[in-house]
Amino acid sequence: MKRLKLFIPLVIFAGLAVLFWHGLKMDPTELPSALIGRQVPAFQLGTVKEPEQIVTRDDLKGHKFALINVWATWCGPCRQEHPFLVKLAEQGIPIFGVNAKDELDLAREWLDERGDPYQFSIFDPEGKLALDMGVYGYPETFLVDENGTVLQRKTSVLDERVWQQDFLPIIEKLN
Amino acid sequence: MVPELGHFALLISLCLAVGISVVPMLGSYVNSTTMMQSGRSMAVGLFVFSLISFLCLVWSFVQSDFSVAYVASNSNSLLPMVYKLTATWGGHEGSLLLWGLTMASWLLAVTLFARSLPAQIHARVIAVMGMTVVGILLFTVVTSNPFERILPGSPAEGSDLNPLLQHWGFIIHPPMLYIGYSGFSVAFAFAITALLSGHLDSAWARWSRPWVNVAWAFLTLGIGLGSWWAYYELGWGFWWGWDPTENNSLIPWLTGTALVHSLAVTEKRGLFKTWTILLAIATYCLVLFGTFITRSGVVNSVHAFANDPERGAFLLMYIVVLAFFSLLLYALKAPNVTSLSAFRISSRETFMLSNNILLTILMATVLLGTIYPMISDGFGWGKVSVGAPYFNFFWVLLTVPILLLMGASSLSQWKQTSSEIYRKYLKWPVVISLIAAVIFPLLYSDGHRIGGAVTIFVVVWIIATTISSLLRQTRNAPSLWAGMRQLKMGYYSMVVAHLGVAVFSLGAGLTSVYSEERNLILMPDGSKELFGYTWSFDGVEEIRGPNYVAQQGHIQVSQDGELLARLEPQKRFYMSGAMVTTEAAVEGNLWRDLYVSLGEATEPQSAGGWVITVYVKPFILWLWMGIVLMSAGGFMALFDKRYRLARASADALAGRKRATTTGKPVQAT
Repeated sequence: MKRLKLFIPLVIFAGLAVLFWHGLKMDPTELPSALIGRQVPAFQLGTVKEPEQIVTRDDLKGHKFALINVWATWCGPCRQEHPFLVKLAEQGIPIFGVNAKDELDLAREWLDERGDPYQFSIFDPEGKLALDMGVYGYPETFLVDENGTVLQRKTSVLDERVWQQDFLPIIEKLN
Repeated sequence: MVPELGHFALLISLCLAVGISVVPMLGSYVNSTTMMQSGRSMAVGLFVFSLISFLCLVWSFVQSDFSVAYVASNSNSLLPMVYKLTATWGGHEGSLLLWGLTMASWLLAVTLFARSLPAQIHARVIAVMGMTVVGILLFTVVTSNPFERILPGSPAEGSDLNPLLQHWGFIIHPPMLYIGYSGFSVAFAFAITALLSGHLDSAWARWSRPWVNVAWAFLTLGIGLGSWWAYYELGWGFWWGWDPTENNSLIPWLTGTALVHSLAVTEKRGLFKTWTILLAIATYCLVLFGTFITRSGVVNSVHAFANDPERGAFLLMYIVVLAFFSLLLYALKAPNVTSLSAFRISSRETFMLSNNILLTILMATVLLGTIYPMISDGFGWGKVSVGAPYFNFFWVLLTVPILLLMGASSLSQWKQTSSEIYRKYLKWPVVISLIAAVIFPLLYSDGHRIGGAVTIFVVVWIIATTISSLLRQTRNAPSLWAGMRQLKMGYYSMVVAHLGVAVFSLGAGLTSVYSEERNLILMPDGSKELFGYTWSFDGVEEIRGPNYVAQQGHIQVSQDGELLARLEPQKRFYMSGAMVTTEAAVEGNLWRDLYVSLGEATEPQSAGGWVITVYVKPFILWLWMGIVLMSAGGFMALFDKRYRLARASADALAGRKRATTTGKPVQAT
């Protein structure tokens, strides 16, 4: 009976081997979509305009749908994307910003110069919320429903084409 | 012609490796001295032909022979000569060839320096090592032949060595790492031999120890160099990113560290035998698992090798065969005795046991985090990635107790330690560490950081207990100096390695807690006050390197009007592959590194503004110094009198006899 204990490493190893064998058949580079169908991660952070005022996940809810756009002043493509966000905001689409790993002054300057399409921009200097959201490229845009559930996410620049193709169909279904 | 010669030499090496794994092993069973001794000459042959094969590949690089596919994809006629040489191990195929060569070197070293072992044991150790070499060489020959030609229609120009690898840290990092990796095959071979022969006495622990210490020292250095390279070359300002590729070197290092300690117990006290054997087997298996993970593409990594499932399948087969048979052998033949009652809770054995348990849990945590994305995907729980917060949390949670125990353990004795000793010699270290931990964070920065206090407590604790142990060891000597001269090299090697851990922890801890980083947008001749320094930007100019064009920024860092550093970070555009790399510029001293890397030009580009990332990294130099000290400690153990070659033969003969009694009452490990 006692000798059975010595088989434990063999069993653990066999488990790992089976797992790895299975792993060989999978493609880890496929786009991760873990957050789709789930709630936006919880957070308590200030905003760019009012760093003292804490906003939470609940503040994102209540719109039939909304966009969450992760941006930063150091991100080149964000610059390219910004005018389109302003255009969407003019059409009345609610957009929330997540300003990640950035500086308050620079972010404010940016919004003053280029226009502020956001209901508010969550100020996330450590990039913690961005990490929780699984952001791996900037900019990144999420579509959420009225309960804060993620319906869609896209990495890289949001433009007319991406909007038509990946966001509008989902929004139309909501209506 | 030369590549064909290399290929041929590789095939001969493979044949010799097969011979080594079969003939001496058979000889040890039929008791044929000739067969057993044949392993030695074959080992020499294996080394010579592996070397020829490796040199042939080096030569193909020197000659820029782009008809060789591997050379064509890893070199370029513009590549500076030193990188042409190192490009030999810059890709998958060549690095395997290097690995094969380091394995052959260890095998040769074992045949040369372990001749004093009983013939049967020696023959079996060599044979088992031969088997591990067969796996690597077969893998090279079948799936990753570096000498494959592109004929006809060989390219006129090579596509260049990955620019990130064109850095001098990369010249020595892989060789060190591979020497460390393959060194653990010696411990593996000793363990398997012990199981086969049934002689699980302290003698095999004594034989294995120097080899394990050296392998561990090389691996430590190899990992350190890798981290150093990432810090300077990747330009992200971090020295450890918990990337799978990095974790895979850390995992065997953790079990290897546990092995170094449990071998000490097995040698000195004849305890933990079964566990030590398992660690020796596991460490080598984990080396292979790590190789599998980085080279098969089962998990995402920023700097893994080109992935190929077919290679993965082959490697997995090799691991399965090797690990299955060794663990089966372990399950059937390992001595099954519980010997926990042989020592008291206050003894050094208890410390070693807790060290081993904690290191093993730590290893399992890192391993789980590394392969969890694959597990989660495999069970359909969704695609996830495991980030630094997970690793950092468990790392700190588990290493702090390890380090605290490490300090206290230096006062412990085998079997039991009187509480009087602990009271007397640990009192002052506790007080000093507490004072330092309270004072340092207050003096160092405005905000009190708990991480800073914990780091300082642990570091001062290790140093103070080490001094305390030194005082205790020399208490009966006429003077401290006289006492210190009598202490054994083995003791000093422990002291140096443990101080290395303290110095490393100081660097790693304080850098993690107090580092500052910020992205700035700077216009030419603009400047910014940040982190107590003034960063002024003098614009960017274009310069030409041998095989790249670079944008070079000029940044001056000053403090209170005094110029501290002129930093020239670059963004390089390599001509061959249109690849861009970021060369960070670093100015460092003992207290902090000023680290700057160049981002992108801001719009409109005519204005000349750039995004510049600036970092202040306190105490990071200590981190590298600590690694060097740790490694030095590992090498020093080799010079302990017990392992002197002259005495080795006598020891080996006496080993079996001595093992029946208990170990000598020696205090040092």
